[in-house]
Amino acid sequence: MDLTVGPNQFFWSAETWAAFYTDLAQSLVDRVVVGELVCSKRLPFYQDRIPETISRLVEAGKEVALTSLALVTLKRERKLTADLAAMGVMVEINDLTALAHLPENCAFAVGPLVNVYNEGTLKWLAAQGARRICLPPELPIASVKALTQVASDLGVAVEVWGHGRLPLAISGRCYHARLHGRSKDNCQFACEDDPDGLDVLTGDGKPFMAMNGVQTLSDSYACTDHQIDLLRQAGVSALRLSPQSDGFLKLCKLYRQRLDGDLPRGDLERSLRTADPNVRLSDGFLTGSHGAEWSGESGARSAAS
Amino acid sequence: MVMEIVCPAGTPAALRAAVKAGAHTVYCGFNDETNARNFPGLNFDRAEMRAGIAFAHDHGAKVLVAINTFPRAGSEAIWKRAVADAEICGADAVILADLGLLDYAARSHPGLRRHLSVQAAAANADIINFYAETFGVKRVVLPRVLSVPEIAGINSETEVETEVFVFGGLCVMAEGRCSLSSYATGLSPNMNGVCSPASHVEYQNDQGALNARLGGYLIHHVERNEPAPYPTLCKGCFSAGEKTGHLFEDPVSLNAERLIPQLQKAGVTALKIEGRQRSKSYVAQVVRYFRAAVDALDAGQPMPEGMLARLSEGQAMTTGAYKKTWR
Repeated sequence: MDLTVGPNQFFWSAETWAAFYTDLAQSLVDRVVVGELVCSKRLPFYQDRIPETISRLVEAGKEVALTSLALVTLKRERKLTADLAAMGVMVEINDLTALAHLPENCAFAVGPLVNVYNEGTLKWLAAQGARRICLPPELPIASVKALTQVASDLGVAVEVWGHGRLPLAISGRCYHARLHGRSKDNCQFACEDDPDGLDVLTGDGKPFMAMNGVQTLSDSYACTDHQIDLLRQAGVSALRLSPQSDGFLKLCKLYRQRLDGDLPRGDLERSLRTADPNVRLSDGFLTGSHGAEWSGESGARSAAS
Repeated sequence: MVMEIVCPAGTPAALRAAVKAGAHTVYCGFNDETNARNFPGLNFDRAEMRAGIAFAHDHGAKVLVAINTFPRAGSEAIWKRAVADAEICGADAVILADLGLLDYAARSHPGLRRHLSVQAAAANADIINFYAETFGVKRVVLPRVLSVPEIAGINSETEVETEVFVFGGLCVMAEGRCSLSSYATGLSPNMNGVCSPASHVEYQNDQGALNARLGGYLIHHVERNEPAPYPTLCKGCFSAGEKTGHLFEDPVSLNAERLIPQLQKAGVTALKIEGRQRSKSYVAQVVRYFRAAVDALDAGQPMPEGMLARLSEGQAMTTGAYKKTWR
């Protein structure tokens, strides 16, 4: 199995953003999706660094794709979306609007925010030119199996959400702005203070979700340490690791070792817990009763507890 | 043209009540996971659907069949059969969200009119026109993330009819793109046709106050004598940073009655009322009011004074994203 690094979901300074990808060029991942997924207002801060970053990653031997926004509503967002194909790398559509703008017979990738729940949708997307599909994180393993089977017949690579806070919802309202009593247009970039999202707790103090501008994420970090063998058997060809501000290169290395058989099941989890004893993990969407569930050994400290 | 009132019906009795109360159009679903209001005791079996559609047609009303969840891999036949049966039952259109199912319906049931469900979250003219060109979609139900000027903008760039929600439950997230519910409970709108399902709700007495939990997560804590809203995930009380409150949305429901004239100017064809889980008397009252409102608007008369507040069960009401306050 390969490793794909998904688009950064958070708002980082241009320097942090560029440094992250400079480091990533030297890592063991196979594929990198760059670009802005969550909020078009963030893009001007680092947009001019994207071409150089793409070149650096390509030179380092990475496959590179460029994501669309997850929710396209405004005129300038439609324009941005229409311009994606001109950047010279494969486009990953995360809102179908991007598909509407792709030239005919143009190969593309499908991100986890497009609803690919069944064979009919997968076949239709493949007929339009989809070559790679990262399935929605919500899908159970039975669906993953059924879809990889169809995909392999069509020459479409299937990717699954491997690690990172799960993208659970996208909205027209900015929750960071709302938290600060501001509107979206006058957000003053409140999300910048939370490079991994802002923890959202229940009334009795239980971590539950994370806000990230217009996006809502899981509190827990999805982790596939205990699912990798199952996913491999199912024919999944890549895991998607979602950028986080701290320890990401080490995370990539752990997953590479785990995939190569150099790290037994459970050791990846143990390494994560050594680095951060309070880390909250989940893998319930794949095999559990609900998304927040964790099948690892340290169930007592799971996100669902 | 009078704006079309599109009303929910969770039962055959609600369908008849809505039609008698003046609904131009009723939408409903089969009693299985193919529709996004898959609640116990709700929805129509095939015979009820056929009879309901016949009743509506006899009274000059239309019926739309919502088949708007995303078919489960390995089980697409259930959803395809629902489309086929909707046509056999005489439906005026089906409301679909899934690409694969739209493709199937366009190819196998070309004579059956196709509407794009809000669950497809088509939020701009480019994608709406793409759905029209690719699958022959004639109407789109717009996601509840758009303002009235944005809706007007869409209508200026598309021939596809637009339908917007004006009353009832309010999703604050883009519909069809939210898995908060399955994260907490394992059941989601996209896969199971339910959000924050009652099967996972627990109420606990907390020293006289009431705790409402969903999947074990505390969503509301209300003191005695305070109204206790249903624990819908995105309308819960949470904390982040220094703040505690309804961080995503207050426990409000949508009421855009005052915006009807603006929505008409924005080129909207149909006004949709949420609530297939509602009683027939509720449906009838809301329909009667909205029908009177669009008739008055069409006749150039003043809109009837708001009488809907008492139907919102003590909940506060909002105009959602329509007024540009979100932006």
